Amino acid sequence: MSFFTDTLIIFRRHARLLQREPAYLVFALLQPLLFLCLFGPLLTRLPAGTLGGSTTGDAWRFFVPGLLIQLGLFGSTFVGFAIISDWRAGIIERFRVTPVTRLAILSGRVLRDVITLVIQAVLLVLVGVAFGLRAPVAAVFVSLGFIVLVAIGLASVSYSVALLLKSEDAFAPLVNTVVVPLMLLSGIMLPMSLGPGWLQGIARISPFRYIIDAMREAYAGHYWNSIMAEGVAVAIGLAVVCLFLGSRVFLKENA
Amino acid sequence: MPIIEATGLARTFKARKKEVHAVRGVDLAVEEGEIVGFLGPNGAGKTTTLRMLTTLLRPTAGTAVIAGADLLRDPVGVRRRIGFVPQAIGQTMGGTDNQAKVIEELHDQAALYHIGKAEGAQRAELLLNQLDLAGLDDRLVKTLSGGQRRRLEIALGLVHEPPVVFLDEPTTGLDPQSRSNLWDHIRKLRSDLGTTVFLTTHYLEEADALCDRVIIIDHGVTVATGTPDELKRQVSGDVVTLQVSGPVADARALLAQQPIVRDATVSDGELRLTVDRGEESLPALLRVFDGAGLAIRSISLSRPTLDDVFLTLTGRSLRDDSPSSARNGDDHDPAPAATASSAASKELAPDVFLH
Repeated sequence: MSFFTDTLIIFRRHARLLQREPAYLVFALLQPLLFLCLFGPLLTRLPAGTLGGSTTGDAWRFFVPGLLIQLGLFGSTFVGFAIISDWRAGIIERFRVTPVTRLAILSGRVLRDVITLVIQAVLLVLVGVAFGLRAPVAAVFVSLGFIVLVAIGLASVSYSVALLLKSEDAFAPLVNTVVVPLMLLSGIMLPMSLGPGWLQGIARISPFRYIIDAMREAYAGHYWNSIMAEGVAVAIGLAVVCLFLGSRVFLKENA
Repeated sequence: MPIIEATGLARTFKARKKEVHAVRGVDLAVEEGEIVGFLGPNGAGKTTTLRMLTTLLRPTAGTAVIAGADLLRDPVGVRRRIGFVPQAIGQTMGGTDNQAKVIEELHDQAALYHIGKAEGAQRAELLLNQLDLAGLDDRLVKTLSGGQRRRLEIALGLVHEPPVVFLDEPTTGLDPQSRSNLWDHIRKLRSDLGTTVFLTTHYLEEADALCDRVIIIDHGVTVATGTPDELKRQVSGDVVTLQVSGPVADARALLAQQPIVRDATVSDGELRLTVDRGEESLPALLRVFDGAGLAIRSISLSRPTLDDVFLTLTGRSLRDDSPSSARNGDDHDPAPAATASSAASKELAPDVFLH
């Protein structure tokens, strides 16, 4: 089908261009790695039970899923910048005048970003293991699945919003205003359950909160419970809604 | 049947609750194998029309058929049949990526048209040769010169061998040498491949030198169409300027009586005659002088430029003529630039361009 062929064409182009700037891969990974190395060890000194569980290994099982979401949040929401410069270079219009499926201009890029993020996530988990993370292999795959869904959703929205705004100056503050509160409300560093009632209430609006909780359940070896079900539902819902909104922007007759 | 035919093409934008009629109703027809220039002052609706014809913008009214495909019912069909080379200067650029290699851009473009790998490579190779880009395959786009990059952008528009190619300001921002070089390439498109070329330009000498026919748009409607010569003839006749030894007033009185002379004036001691067909009138005029025993010291023939056509039709001069100023103010202060360019273009457009 032409949609898949076209997605692959766009994917190959952007994957090739990314390989030409490998620094970007490391750059996106730098922040979560720093948190892992310089902040993670602090968590292992917290009184047992604070993070749920009773050993130092539990601290890593708590923290690594949070960092994976942080990686996804920042890595995927910032991809929009690239499409603004591509638009300015006339590349988006050049593609739109070819018979290529216009949705592929989005899906090819998103596919590239998803694969990039999975590679980064695997690296992050491996460094986590070096620091003392012990988790079932199946749980790591579950968390990668979540990361894929998060990346699909966030990258789609990022590209669409960026393409509507067409200005880095407008896009940058918007991204920061949205991402930082979402990150704080997701309980990446510390469990939201430590917070006062009102904060826990607000945190309910962050979809990532449910996803992180589900990932932590998996790392603790629990796959079949309501927390996991909620997480899966939220992650799939997020991806579908965002992809739908993104496709509307890219399929618009006039963009 | 025309290869591009548009009827009543219109586009209305809503800006702050006010309706802006960017294009009110464009009717145009381009025959197969023509090179047609689409001219208009700034804000006349040139770019909007081009964007509608290339499926980037959906018209709010009207229709067009391009190479047999209906613009509204079959936009993908239109996309398959046309090549588009975007403007390289202004809000968006010409469509190439700094970090990509020349050959990658061509291969990607071929893939976007679902051309097989082997055939894509073959066409890329051919285009590199045709557009003087041979040997640059592995160069990054950002290392190309302005002219090379523009030729690459044109090559991208030709990968699928479209019967029609739309060029938006193909030579804007190029130095004079690269420009005339590009004109040769555009002419070859037609002579070698039979491609129909529809281009916008604001260089009058470009329209003069390159285009078989010119379509002029103003305030969102097409106001004139014809060969550059036809248009110039419509506007006003040619001007013959004479210096005579002897009383110039007598000469004026004598010539004003001739039926071929539409107007005769004296300014700065020179006699200025307006005639319909300059080159055919000259021998007749000379005979009149001979018969009257008047001696001529000098004689020159000048013909109206496209800018005169412009001025007459639109009340505005085409804004700009020099590549350097075209680089900056694309949409700004058309007025001062226009005044300067009107004078400049008259001086710059030599007779060579008129044939």
